[in-house]
Amino acid sequence: MMKKFFGILLALAMVLSLAACGGNGGSGTPANDTPPASTDNNQPSGDAPSGGSASGTFKLGGVGPLTGDAAIYGNAAMNGAQIAVDEINALGGIQIEFKAEDDVADGETSVNAYNTLMDWGMQVLVGPVTTGAAIAVSAEVYNDRVFALTPSASSTDVISGKDNMFQVCFTDPNQGVGSADYISQNMPGAKVGIIYRNDDAYSQGIRDTFVAEAGKVGLEIVSEGTFTKDTQSDFSVQLTAAQSSGADLIFLPTYYQPNAVILNQAKGMGYAPTFFGVDGMDGILAMPGFDTSLAEGVMLLTPFSADADDQRTQSFVAKYNELHGETPNQFAADGYDAVYIIYEALQAAGCSGDMSAEEICEAIVAVMPTITVDGLTGQGMTWAESGEVSKAPMAVVIKDGVYVTP
Amino acid sequence: MKKLKALKTTAKVDFATYLGVIAAFIIVSLLKSGGFLNRSLTGMLVPICCYIVMAVSLNLTVGILGELSLGHAGFMSVGAFSGVIAAMSLQNAVPFGWARLVIAIAVGAAFAALAGFVVGVPVLRLRGDYLAIVTLAFGEIIKELINCLLVGCDENGLHMAFNISGTLTIDDLGMTPAGTAIIKGAQGATGTEKLASFGAGFILVMLTLVIVLNLVRSRAGRAVMAIRDNRIAAESIGVNVTKYKMIAFITSAALAGAAGALYGLNYSSLAASKFDFNTSILVLVYVVLGGLGSIWGSIIAAAVLYILPEALRQFSDYRMLVYAIVLILVMLATNNPTLKNFLGRLKPRRSHRKEAA
Repeated sequence: MMKKFFGILLALAMVLSLAACGGNGGSGTPANDTPPASTDNNQPSGDAPSGGSASGTFKLGGVGPLTGDAAIYGNAAMNGAQIAVDEINALGGIQIEFKAEDDVADGETSVNAYNTLMDWGMQVLVGPVTTGAAIAVSAEVYNDRVFALTPSASSTDVISGKDNMFQVCFTDPNQGVGSADYISQNMPGAKVGIIYRNDDAYSQGIRDTFVAEAGKVGLEIVSEGTFTKDTQSDFSVQLTAAQSSGADLIFLPTYYQPNAVILNQAKGMGYAPTFFGVDGMDGILAMPGFDTSLAEGVMLLTPFSADADDQRTQSFVAKYNELHGETPNQFAADGYDAVYIIYEALQAAGCSGDMSAEEICEAIVAVMPTITVDGLTGQGMTWAESGEVSKAPMAVVIKDGVYVTP
Repeated sequence: MKKLKALKTTAKVDFATYLGVIAAFIIVSLLKSGGFLNRSLTGMLVPICCYIVMAVSLNLTVGILGELSLGHAGFMSVGAFSGVIAAMSLQNAVPFGWARLVIAIAVGAAFAALAGFVVGVPVLRLRGDYLAIVTLAFGEIIKELINCLLVGCDENGLHMAFNISGTLTIDDLGMTPAGTAIIKGAQGATGTEKLASFGAGFILVMLTLVIVLNLVRSRAGRAVMAIRDNRIAAESIGVNVTKYKMIAFITSAALAGAAGALYGLNYSSLAASKFDFNTSILVLVYVVLGGLGSIWGSIIAAAVLYILPEALRQFSDYRMLVYAIVLILVMLATNNPTLKNFLGRLKPRRSHRKEAA
């Protein structure tokens, strides 16, 4: 009897101690004690119209997968956003409170996370990070008139029909088209094999536009292999099919976890085509337990390269490394840019912290098509009224475990 | 005389269940209109209704019929996608949102019942754990099938294609430019109009309760429970085992389909991968923790366990860990001898009163 009581007591103590950890680890209040930004002179980026200036404290909410399969994306985006928030707060002008909520990359949980943030008093949303979740939340922000800027949800369904939902990343069609164009220009005569996940909106969407554009530019596709979430542990069938059909370039519009398996198995069977990924490939180098030598020579289309030599990227990478002990990926840069874009938009619209979410939304939606922002993921980013970003994609190749421009 | 008294007790529990749900609805509605309910809870009301219906209907299969079903989310998926197709394709024909919602729920229930029939006919004739195996497979098969499904709608009607090879896109449906895509294969249904409301969810829960409780207390329900308790004895007194198993299983599938349709029309995007094995297990956890065969237990377990992970958001990364610990503690507490003694002490008093009456 005593024993059982003691057991329950221990369990309770464990819960409480965990709670304490969680409380400290996940705090999103502005950290006023962070060291001031080291590169002060080039922080306020871009040539935003200096018509108005914002004032007061704004509440920014973030939604992304902080746990679960896609946690690398959500954590990176939210960490990047937090760094930007700390930098902006250190500038002294407007102050931003940032709070990130977990959505496990699931639409239902994402709406719940969004509602939790609305209870907290969120004025502008950074997120959701993944596509499916972002589509579900976009309908809610449209009804509630809350301005939302997703760092990395790339489907056109996220923004279509919603005037107050904007993207930092390329849309899926852009990535598919961009990849096909890049391959046909730089590797003419390549025999392309595609391996994609056909139960995933992101993967299927890029594959569809890639194939359509490949038809237009005369790129030869010799094999197509599909897999699903449940079969992403073995790719020998798809790789053998690609090899026997003579593919010398494998296009992988997929996330990095299956890509790691594909690279490993291709090496195991002595098949060495050029692998070409899109932004989902980003993150593979930071994957725990991944042998980075496998990714040698892998190309990917990404808007961000951590070893670009401009000062701003370098300071961001250094800061990220110091705080989180890893090189930031594109999602971290997207999250970082998202906060700066909102900052620029708030400045341009002359918003103040005591405005309601609806008022801020209308004000920002009006100025978004007029502002130009220089970010880590692109110089001179501009937005169409539809919410689509316009910036140049960049192809990088992995050499010695880092991205370099070919 | 004795029988009448026994009936009265179950009837009392049933009426208490109805009253409890109605009271909960009224209180929540009042709180909502008074602005006392935060957004987080308000947003969870419709999914809670869906999961209550799911849990109650699964309880019919697992608790009342005594067969293990591991693919309940598959029926939810069938209901959700057929409901979404019905609601979206009737957008012009039926102007009223609530009418489309009712049609969608009916269509979802009908298709899920059909799926239940197809699964049930071969499997429910067998003895043993075959239903668990087959429903597990069914859930996975439905997921894969919907991943291949392309559906669009224009003024000429519905267009459908099965994308088995993985190379078709929505453009291959041959729709007129005015047409809209409803289900885009792996991307699922996007841009669905949100028709579900808490009121509709409440009505569906009440409907489910009326159907399930009346079924359980009817002649058919007693036959179903007789099969659960002793199949051979039930057969020996002339109960048609397959027929009654089918009645319970198809009812359960149809209700899951109705819940799915309501769920599907509550979110603007819905992918087939949502209704995977984990969702089936989640609902099974609601049923088991609420108590096998206990309808009101399922209702409370579904509501509490749905809110719990959201209420634990302050634990950030550790919230699912805390959730698991809470589940274990609930299990320990309900099996605790002290608590059982305590509950046991309450019981005799009640029977004592009954004797006196």
